[in-house]
Amino acid sequence: MRRLQIDGPLLGGLLLICGLGLFVLYSAVGESNRLLVNQVVRLGIAFVGMLVVAQMSPDFLRRWTPWGYAAGLILLVLVLTSGEVSQGARRWLDIGIRFQPSEAMKLGVPMMAAWFLHERQMPPRLGQLLVIAALIVVPTLLIARQPDLGTALLIAASGILVLILAGMSFRLIAGMGVLTIPGAFMLWHFMKDYQKQRVLTLLDPDSDPLGAGYNIIQSKIAIGSGGLFGKGWTNGSQAHLEFLPERDTDFIFAVLGEEFGLLGVLTLLTLYMFVIGRGLYIAVQAHDTYSRLLAGSISLTFLVYVFVNTAMVTGLIPVVGVPLPLVSFGGTSMVTLMAGFGILMAIHAHRKLLPH
Amino acid sequence: MSLLSPIKDHHRERQLFLGRVILTSVVALLLLGLVVARLIQLQVVEHELFAEKSQGNRVRIEAVPPIRGLIFDRKGRAIAENLPAYQLELIPEQVTDIDDTLGRLASLGLIEAADIPRFKELSRSGPRFQPVTLRVRLTDKEIANFAVQRPRFPGVDFQSRLVRHYPDGPLVAHAVGYVGALSSEDLKRVEPARYAGTAHTGKTGVESTFESDLHGYAGYRHLITNAQGRRIPSDSSELLDALPADQVPSPGANVFLSLDLDLQRIAARALEGRRGAVVAMDPWTGEVLALVSAPSFNPNLFAVGMTTQQYGELQNNPDRPLFNRALRGAYPPGSTIKPMLALAALETGATDLSRRSFCRGFFMLPNSTHRYRDWKPEGHGSMDLHDAITQSCDVYFYEISGDIGINNMHDYLGRFGLGRRAGIDIGGEHAGLVPSTEWKRTAFRNRDDQRWYDGETVIASIGQGYMLATPLQLAAAAAALATRGTRYQPHLVAAVEDGVSGQRRIIQPQRLPDVEVRNPAHWDAVLEGMHDVMQGARGTARAVGMGAPYKMAGKSGTAQVISIAQDEEYDEEEIEERQRDHALFIAFAPFDKPRIAVAVIVENGSSGSSVAAPIAKALMDHHLGYGTEIAQ
Repeated sequence: MRRLQIDGPLLGGLLLICGLGLFVLYSAVGESNRLLVNQVVRLGIAFVGMLVVAQMSPDFLRRWTPWGYAAGLILLVLVLTSGEVSQGARRWLDIGIRFQPSEAMKLGVPMMAAWFLHERQMPPRLGQLLVIAALIVVPTLLIARQPDLGTALLIAASGILVLILAGMSFRLIAGMGVLTIPGAFMLWHFMKDYQKQRVLTLLDPDSDPLGAGYNIIQSKIAIGSGGLFGKGWTNGSQAHLEFLPERDTDFIFAVLGEEFGLLGVLTLLTLYMFVIGRGLYIAVQAHDTYSRLLAGSISLTFLVYVFVNTAMVTGLIPVVGVPLPLVSFGGTSMVTLMAGFGILMAIHAHRKLLPH
Repeated sequence: MSLLSPIKDHHRERQLFLGRVILTSVVALLLLGLVVARLIQLQVVEHELFAEKSQGNRVRIEAVPPIRGLIFDRKGRAIAENLPAYQLELIPEQVTDIDDTLGRLASLGLIEAADIPRFKELSRSGPRFQPVTLRVRLTDKEIANFAVQRPRFPGVDFQSRLVRHYPDGPLVAHAVGYVGALSSEDLKRVEPARYAGTAHTGKTGVESTFESDLHGYAGYRHLITNAQGRRIPSDSSELLDALPADQVPSPGANVFLSLDLDLQRIAARALEGRRGAVVAMDPWTGEVLALVSAPSFNPNLFAVGMTTQQYGELQNNPDRPLFNRALRGAYPPGSTIKPMLALAALETGATDLSRRSFCRGFFMLPNSTHRYRDWKPEGHGSMDLHDAITQSCDVYFYEISGDIGINNMHDYLGRFGLGRRAGIDIGGEHAGLVPSTEWKRTAFRNRDDQRWYDGETVIASIGQGYMLATPLQLAAAAAALATRGTRYQPHLVAAVEDGVSGQRRIIQPQRLPDVEVRNPAHWDAVLEGMHDVMQGARGTARAVGMGAPYKMAGKSGTAQVISIAQDEEYDEEEIEERQRDHALFIAFAPFDKPRIAVAVIVENGSSGSSVAAPIAKALMDHHLGYGTEIAQ
């Protein structure tokens, strides 16, 4: 029997993040053992999933990529036609098991983009880029229609990251940057009122302290009042007296900042950077284009998650519903994330199977 | 590079990828650096600001009202106390069906059906955990009634709070006053921090003038609250550790009155069913022993709060129970001023002890045919000053009035305190009026009215005409007669006991300028006359003074009621009753070492000596230890 394909440093980093995360979560859910066990079970499942994926070969993944992508697209269409409505959005599909197809596409889109570029000469040419753009835009729009703008943007980002890593010319990147300006206006036009409100609130949170600005104000108070060393575990008054909304999910970073201070948040950010660094190292070491691009995209997308959440909680960007990876309460995104790390481990395990 | 199948250049591709990874890593580090910079800004640079905001977020300061000081009578009996009263409250978040709950409370008779919409609105508007008060004061029966039904009313309960209570309510209402709900006017006046958490303040009487002593100082405590403002039990967490210290409220000072509840009760019973006033004081200190105005009202109604209808009934009662006759009732003093005028006459030489005049029952001014009548139509016969006092001969005083002159009357009556506020420590007094030529010049606009007429001096000599005095002023004047001119400012509060230290501040008697005389023998003449009013063979009040175990002095008075205009709505019998003369009496006792001076006024009582004098006598009896047991 072959040795288990596990990357020690990556696993260690992930375990440390999850461990610290559980501490914070225990405090954030009001010291509820039931909810903590709940999260531990989820993490366990996600780790098992990661280890299963880690045992696959990158070639196997690559071969199945187009089929997986196609299935994902079909499921996204199904969601829009017959998905379950929850909190005003259709995100869930119940086919025996209840899941969000958009989660699968978080991996499906970068995999498809990497698959398309695998056999081709780098850097990609304009025609190829347009094909990939279409592969990215279609699922993005489908998800945006649910509506789930946060996930749609993250999925688009993961695809674009593949293009950037593939060596897309800087002129095109700059052009894309310029295009974001009219794009932003188009986006504004398509945004729901609550989404527009989030942007406006970011610009001036004090204008509506009890309404839309409340989250950002309370989150900043929580983090700021934590100071260098924090108020101590489970002693965060902002979190425990319910001033901080969504403290166990999107705003859990503020709980960390309040109870463990700057020391705590820097520790977590360092762990994240270690994991991302290890992922990029694996990408650089990868033996083929597909593995390389996919590993790079997964690592950098993880960074995007971390940045978007922490920047949102500290009031740098508008509130978009992005959880803090591996720390926020909830299981849907965790499985996808860990599957991604499983892919990294698989890629790393196969790095030397072909001669350089 | 082949057109059909481009051969991948693995080395170049790897270099390109490495370059892109380095580039994106730099961007990644910049982004994370941005977050770290933001964290440093929040947690280090602006830490103090946010720490303060976090503190302000969770700590709510709640005022703890002080306990109002008690009021006691001179024998230590409670006149004003604080009793726990039960109020019915509803906590919206604990009530499942508010309509049903309120409906059933109404059917139990605990609330009015008409109030249901209001309560629904109240329970919707505030925080869900904030109790809504449904009833302020439950009766024992209602409490018992509800206690049985309580399991059927989740979220409804009664709560105890302290309410001002006057055990002998109407008996002391006009002296002690009452507390009432703090009005917006009051709030402008008071120090907000002191009154935080307080809903009541003294409105009249001692409760009002000694408000700053009685009220005390509010304290406060820090409450940990969550985002909804709900209080977090203090034992639940370490969050309490960093709280500033609480401030315990300082209870108000206890106030000890010179008032004697027994005397109050005697006076109130004697005036029952009548309109009138009684004031008694210790002539050597100015301590007010009794201050009663009848009819009275129940001050507890103000403390608990009354309906508009109840207040309207008090306001519109023709007997005006809210009117403080003892302080504000300005009556013609009638013959009660005769002893003082006698002194004035002796001092000014308008008469002497040997002068006699013959009373035919009337008096006429020279060059006039107008007859100024004596109260005794057939006349008193030959009178000297002593007789004129004891028998209250009007003609004698008519005859010497011109020689005394209105301005000397004004001067001497003023020395006894008439015509100016006595300065009692609860305020609200009427100044009364003793006319003078100067007064008349300024009081009237019409030239003719500004002139002083001789006839006006004549009627002034028997306390009629313009002259007005309050029962309090008459009591103070009686006290000045008792002490032969030594005067003290009347006061109700004898001592104030600090609520915290328990230290007693004794209110020292305030001496007023003496009634100075050139010849002390004049006092003897006047006081002997008053003595014989009670004990003389022909004294007007001999029936009252007869057989008493102590000697007393007194003077009756009867004042004509001039205006009945405001009584038009009454039937004839009623009008007749209200046209009767007011009965007045002043007295002091014991004669040799006076310990009590009294003034009594019974509106439309007809006769000072037979209606008012017995009331004065009853008070003196009790105060000097000759009274009968008083039923409570």
